[in-house]
Amino acid sequence: MARSTFVYVTYIRTTQQKLWSALTTDAEFMKQYWFGVHCQSEWVPGAKWKMVYSDGTISDSGEILEAEPPRRLVIRWQHQNKPELKAEGDSRCTLELEPVGSAVKLSIVHTIEREPSQFIEAVSGGWPKIISNLKSLLETGSIALAEPYPAQSAQR
Amino acid sequence: MAERQDHDSLFKALADPSRRKLLDLLHASDGRTLNELCEHLDMSRQGVTQHLAVLEAANLVATVWRGREKLHFLNPVPLQEIYERWIAKFEKPRLKALGDLKRRLEKSNG
Repeated sequence: MARSTFVYVTYIRTTQQKLWSALTTDAEFMKQYWFGVHCQSEWVPGAKWKMVYSDGTISDSGEILEAEPPRRLVIRWQHQNKPELKAEGDSRCTLELEPVGSAVKLSIVHTIEREPSQFIEAVSGGWPKIISNLKSLLETGSIALAEPYPAQSAQR
Repeated sequence: MAERQDHDSLFKALADPSRRKLLDLLHASDGRTLNELCEHLDMSRQGVTQHLAVLEAANLVATVWRGREKLHFLNPVPLQEIYERWIAKFEKPRLKALGDLKRRLEKSNG
């Protein structure tokens, strides 16, 4: 079956547990590196999952398919805000956290069973910025970018 | 120190035309096997394997196993860090200028 996949890998000098919290339960921390967005879930298999903008709008929702803290998280993920992206249906996002020396290797694989996919194109612009901010925040205590799409926000 | 090591391996990986070609191939179409990549390069299979290993060590290429196939993906995260370090700051004054212009024009319309 045709599929679109993006893979992102970064090495963050932190612990598995801190990185797991940053990606899941610590909503206030998440807002700092995810441009005001945070995720809500019980973070156990079968639990509902949603991603919420700072104004309360739900941007994406789905379900936790697998959760093995602090190593592995799989989310069934559907966009909700833009009709053309919502119409593409469910995607699958797998996050793996693996200790490597004094760092943790974070791998994010985001896949949808269609090719091409506007949804995967859309998230592919966001993930590198989010991960880069997360790395910067965990390692240095400050983020690298305050706005996700500075060129676009200036055009509005 | 650690950041310097990251950047050293990144720029060494980029400083070779065959490796840049491999990145271009993955940029055009992601998730390829070694065989698919070899078709596009006039080089031994072993040579391509070695270049891919350098790119993977620099974290520019990430691999995922699908069954018995090893798929190669362009990983843009290190390049994003380079962008943030040397380019992002130059956009801010330009963006501020655009924002100021927009505000001024919209004000004069009203």
